[in-house]
Amino acid sequence: MTLAEYRRKKGPAAHEETEVSGIRIEREGAAAHERAHPGPLEYIKIGVALAIITAVEVAVYYIGALKDVLVPILVVLSALKFSLVALWFMHLRFDNRLFSTFFVAGLMLAAAIFVVALATLGGSLR
Amino acid sequence: MHQASTAEPALATGTGLDNRKLLMWLFLASECLFFGSLIAAYLLYRDKSVVGPYPGDLFDIPFTSVSSFVLLMSSVTMVLALAAIQRGDRRGLQVWLLATALLGVLFLSGQAFEFTEFHRQGLSLSTNLFGTTFFVLTGFHGAHVSVGVLILLSLFVMALRGRLTAANSINVELAGLYWHFVDVVWIAIFTLVYLIQP
Repeated sequence: MTLAEYRRKKGPAAHEETEVSGIRIEREGAAAHERAHPGPLEYIKIGVALAIITAVEVAVYYIGALKDVLVPILVVLSALKFSLVALWFMHLRFDNRLFSTFFVAGLMLAAAIFVVALATLGGSLR
Repeated sequence: MHQASTAEPALATGTGLDNRKLLMWLFLASECLFFGSLIAAYLLYRDKSVVGPYPGDLFDIPFTSVSSFVLLMSSVTMVLALAAIQRGDRRGLQVWLLATALLGVLFLSGQAFEFTEFHRQGLSLSTNLFGTTFFVLTGFHGAHVSVGVLILLSLFVMALRGRLTAANSINVELAGLYWHFVDVVWIAIFTLVYLIQP
């Protein structure tokens, strides 16, 4: 009996745990750790927030008094925009954790390449 | 709140998740490495050029800010397209898909204008290390946006023919994931390449 046949015969369970490549996936009924996606109004609110953050980024760029702290401010604002898009528009906040695991693993590896390259070959953010 | 694909019954897969969506996330994870490497190369070499022009001579921050805003708003229209088809609104899907594709084309037009302007001012792929790393990074991003526009237009044609419904909204969701990824990459590029200058 295949796993799919077994699941069909067994029917929806109240709580299931599956392990894939060492990653434990907990499932409740059809789709555990998944929540309904937001509606259009919430998406528009996020869009407005993204537009405001972009405007703040550009404003900060032109404020001479903030020159010494420009890099950390811009990095934080950029990370905030990145998170809003990934969590709401890409639904990582609502979908199964496995998707987040994949994406975060990719980001961590990219960050590792980034840090190692800059540290060993002498680049900088300034 | 709208019931999305999450309301669908569990799929007959080992994880209960759609394999196409899993594959898309794996692809996006690999793309993180791709663009991470290109951004690292840019930051490494941008101030190692021995001849100009240099980033400070060329970048037009107000213009690029508008381009960034256009791409950000295209993410909003993309997610609205998905929300529309998930509630069975085919007309809404068509409108928002077309709007997303048009915003993508607008962004690409801005990039083409920027590239042309930079070339006119003496920067090419082989002028200096800044030119090489800048054009490779932003050029590959532009290529990704171009592919995204083609996918969106294909979906738009499918929507016009009535081949997209709430039941197969996964097609729009997958295209949306790709499009939003292209957007978050530009968020990083805009800050690290344009705003934070040597």
